[in-house]
Amino acid sequence: MEVSYFPGCTLKQTARNFEISAISSCKLLGLDLTELSRWNCCGTVYSLSTDDSMHHLAPIRNLIRVQEDGFKEVVTLCSMCYNTLKQANELMKKEPDRLKKMNDFMYREEDYIPDVEVYHLVTYIKERLGYEKVRELVKQPLTGLKVAVYYGCLLLRPDSIKLDDRENPMIMEDLLTALGAEIIDYPFSNECCGSYHTLGQKEIVLNRTNKLITEARRDGADVLVLSCPECDFNLDHRQKDTLEKYPNFQTMPVLYFTQLLNIALGGNLEDCGFELNYIDPLPVLREKGIIK
Amino acid sequence: MNKRIGVFICHCGLNIAGTVDVDALREAVGKIRNVVYVKNYIFLCSQPGQEMVSDAVKEHKLDGFIVANCSPTLHEKTFRTIAIKLGMNPYLVEVANIREQSSWPHSKQPDYATKKALKIIKGTIKKLERNIELYTQRVGLTKRALVIGGGIAGIQAALDIADGGYEVLLLDRKQSIGGHMAQISETFPTLDCPQCIMTPKMTEVAQHPNIKLYTYSEVEEISGFIGNFTVKLRQKARYVDWDKCTGCGECIAKCPSKPLSEFNRNLCKGTAIYRDFEQAVPSYPVINKEACLYFQKGVCRVCEKVCPAAAINYEDKDIIKEEKIGAIIIATGYDLMPIQALGEYGAGKYKDVVDGMQFERLLASTGPYAGNVKRPSDQKVPESVVFIQCAGSRDPETHYPYCSKICCMYTAKQALLYKHNVHHGKAYIFYIDIRSNGKGYEEFVQRVQEEEGVVYIRGKVSKVFKRGDKLVVWGADTLTGQTVEIETDLVVLASAMIPSTGSLNLASKTRLATDKFGWFSEAHPKLRPVESVTGGYFLAGTAQAPRDIPETVAQASGAASKVLALFSNEYIESDPVIAQVDPEICNRCGYCESVCAYGAVKLNPKTRIAEVNEVLCEGCGACAATCPSGAISHRNNSRKQIFDMISVATENYDQITTKFDK
Amino acid sequence: MKIEIKNEEVRSEIIQRIEEISGENIYKCYQCGKCSAGCPSADEMDLLPNQVIRNLQIGKVDAVLNSRSIWVCATCYMCWIRCPRGVNLTSLFEACRLMTLRQNLDQVGLKEAIKESEEMDIPQIAIISLLRKLTS
Repeated sequence: MEVSYFPGCTLKQTARNFEISAISSCKLLGLDLTELSRWNCCGTVYSLSTDDSMHHLAPIRNLIRVQEDGFKEVVTLCSMCYNTLKQANELMKKEPDRLKKMNDFMYREEDYIPDVEVYHLVTYIKERLGYEKVRELVKQPLTGLKVAVYYGCLLLRPDSIKLDDRENPMIMEDLLTALGAEIIDYPFSNECCGSYHTLGQKEIVLNRTNKLITEARRDGADVLVLSCPECDFNLDHRQKDTLEKYPNFQTMPVLYFTQLLNIALGGNLEDCGFELNYIDPLPVLREKGIIK
Repeated sequence: MNKRIGVFICHCGLNIAGTVDVDALREAVGKIRNVVYVKNYIFLCSQPGQEMVSDAVKEHKLDGFIVANCSPTLHEKTFRTIAIKLGMNPYLVEVANIREQSSWPHSKQPDYATKKALKIIKGTIKKLERNIELYTQRVGLTKRALVIGGGIAGIQAALDIADGGYEVLLLDRKQSIGGHMAQISETFPTLDCPQCIMTPKMTEVAQHPNIKLYTYSEVEEISGFIGNFTVKLRQKARYVDWDKCTGCGECIAKCPSKPLSEFNRNLCKGTAIYRDFEQAVPSYPVINKEACLYFQKGVCRVCEKVCPAAAINYEDKDIIKEEKIGAIIIATGYDLMPIQALGEYGAGKYKDVVDGMQFERLLASTGPYAGNVKRPSDQKVPESVVFIQCAGSRDPETHYPYCSKICCMYTAKQALLYKHNVHHGKAYIFYIDIRSNGKGYEEFVQRVQEEEGVVYIRGKVSKVFKRGDKLVVWGADTLTGQTVEIETDLVVLASAMIPSTGSLNLASKTRLATDKFGWFSEAHPKLRPVESVTGGYFLAGTAQAPRDIPETVAQASGAASKVLALFSNEYIESDPVIAQVDPEICNRCGYCESVCAYGAVKLNPKTRIAEVNEVLCEGCGACAATCPSGAISHRNNSRKQIFDMISVATENYDQITTKFDK
Repeated sequence: MKIEIKNEEVRSEIIQRIEEISGENIYKCYQCGKCSAGCPSADEMDLLPNQVIRNLQIGKVDAVLNSRSIWVCATCYMCWIRCPRGVNLTSLFEACRLMTLRQNLDQVGLKEAIKESEEMDIPQIAIISLLRKLTS
């Protein structure tokens, strides 16, 4: 099944492990992620002011690209891309005047007709394949691996874009359960990692990382699983500085959900790109007998 | 055709005269055809004003008159009564509402208001010209009441009517009467327990010669109208012959099947053959078929074996009974919103996050732990309890916009009872505002704060989660301007009150008016608070809106007195301003029947011609407006009259000069 | 400390502008504090989110625009989705930031941001979102 796919900038750079593991695992699921023939920045953050249309141009332009490629759906992985594309799209559906203004401004583009649907990969898998199908395709169950799922903000809020119940989401948990993992009740799964404050106000992020990882440890998790390169950087790579700031801090591997998906479906280990994870997840995966 | 019409223009102090140029108005009205007398007065509704009208009618031999004043809901009756005294048919008196429809809404446009007032009066004159004399109809009534819902509201209403000497059927869908009040541990602010103050009333109901109990029963169908209802009741299969049963309880003691106890809010197990609680009225049990081993698996029959009275009957069936009824009191009560919807509080996920009624059961001596407060998860005595008020109430965005009214008080009471139970325990109450406006209520809250050592925190909680075997509460203390974290053992949510499922079912069966949440609507929010919009139905207790026990009891007595007043009549007089059908024009389409909210218009089963039940018809006019062939008209609001009024309303009035014209 | 509530400050033009840009009515807020209770950034704020709105309600717009809070907010939407009155605080905070940013008063320099990001493999979205939120 051919699926139109919007990668976003970070998946081509610091989060290559996210992209390659996603492409590999999707192939094993029978999904062919077809990168848009042309794309630009997603806009990164959704503009919240009523009088600003300029910052919606970037996401809408990408949706025009989807249209040009002849698709009605586009799948993303990065939660920032997902949130921005989806919120902008919802705005266009809701406000025809704004849509007209934007179309007029982009007069050299074809008009955007807001009937493209923006999907996060996990929703796409759930709705199109179903987790039962995924379960059937599992070659290496993640038995014994205790997983805390971390959604952060942008997959659950605001309501117009939420993947699942915003307080007690289960969509990722159910996928990982289908892969054989053991899910930990992790109350901070919808808290914020500190986001872009990692630049300039690093202290904020270190406090969060300490709090979020320590809670996951306390709840008995072996690893934290997520779907955002920003969260990943803060919760994984920032563990280095967190450890410096909090000497008693205990580190924990942080993985993209696609990395575990790829392993469970029997994909190549190289396609997980684990060399880009700061805290090495291989020891715990070996210990659990999930990889050799 | 009325030819000698008088018009009386009221100044209503400055309410009308402050905006409308009443002198110009009088002058203009005087020129209208068929108007033989016009008079202005400062307050027509005053005694001298009424006398002036009365005198003028006699003196000028008026054959109809118009009072141009306030809304007809206020003084139409006053002036129609004057007509009756003068021997004039009261339906030849009309009100032209120039206050609510002109001087008030157009207070900033006096010129426009004056011209509009003239249009209103002129239109009313056109209508009056074609008004005919109407006479009320009389029908007999059944002096027997049905009270739906056996909580404290229904119990009180039933007792009052029964004491008044009339027969009452008291219906409840549960095995026993008692309702939510029976589940409560103690009541604020007096701390009486329902076992002490409610069971005497329940016993009185059981013993009262005028009360017939229908528990474990539901309303199947209601037809008819005020004074003359026919009600079909479904008495659900009990599988116990109550005529034989002695209520000894042997079957309950031996029943091996243990479903969760509904009375105990699922906090502990009950039995498949059960009565709601020990003091249940009646005390005879019923079998919960879904939980019964015999019904589900074909084995057991233990109750049958142990019953000394041979009262068990597995072949029992639902019975439909038909009863003639004159008035119906709706006392169907409330439920608490399902707390699962409050995901941020871990409700539904953590056993130790409970709702207010569950905590009542934890406190109650008849509850799962015999009145010793314990956590549902591990039966540990909670060292501290956090109460969260406004959980779902005052929350228009995600839940219910209204205040549930009782939570401030019952939370204070629960915190106090917890402190009495666990002396070293700490109780915290998160609140937004404390609403304690009842007799002795504020004093009670002060006592809870000052003497019982309950800590009030002004702010809302945003999140509750589990850490080890504790619950962590994240809240705000807006008074110090800080966020707070409390580690606690038990969280109690004062969740919003919502109409009971019984209310919602009944509303759909009776087509009685409710608000958008399903609370039954009263006929007037201030002046007719215990009457429903439809005649013959009265409201008591929380079927109408959230309220506490004293208010519920007062309203139940109010509703009962309305029923007694109705029953003191030998017949019912109906308003003749209703719909009438011209059978020669009716084309039998039945649209009228489908739009009638009162079931008053029906096609005759034989002729298929529409017929109006004159007592049931409320005169709303929906059928007349809908009738495509024009067969239905509204008495004294005929098509001709309506079109006359429209023509007047659309005339150009620039020729009238008021003092406001430049 | 006693502050004076001034007629000219309450519902001032600038506050109305903030309401316009955010599309929010600040008077919907009944100060329950649920926003603050759940705000992941509350610990780093000098004014809690409910205090930000409270200050706007009584006309103290400078206290808000000079606060650290509006720059600490990382737009996680938690306040808005849990608000019982549906006040979109997330947009209100953005509008407060824009009141400063639209005067070309950037809160972070492009050069510093890029320099810092070169020391470590900072994800591109972090750099762009920082610049989007803290520069004009």
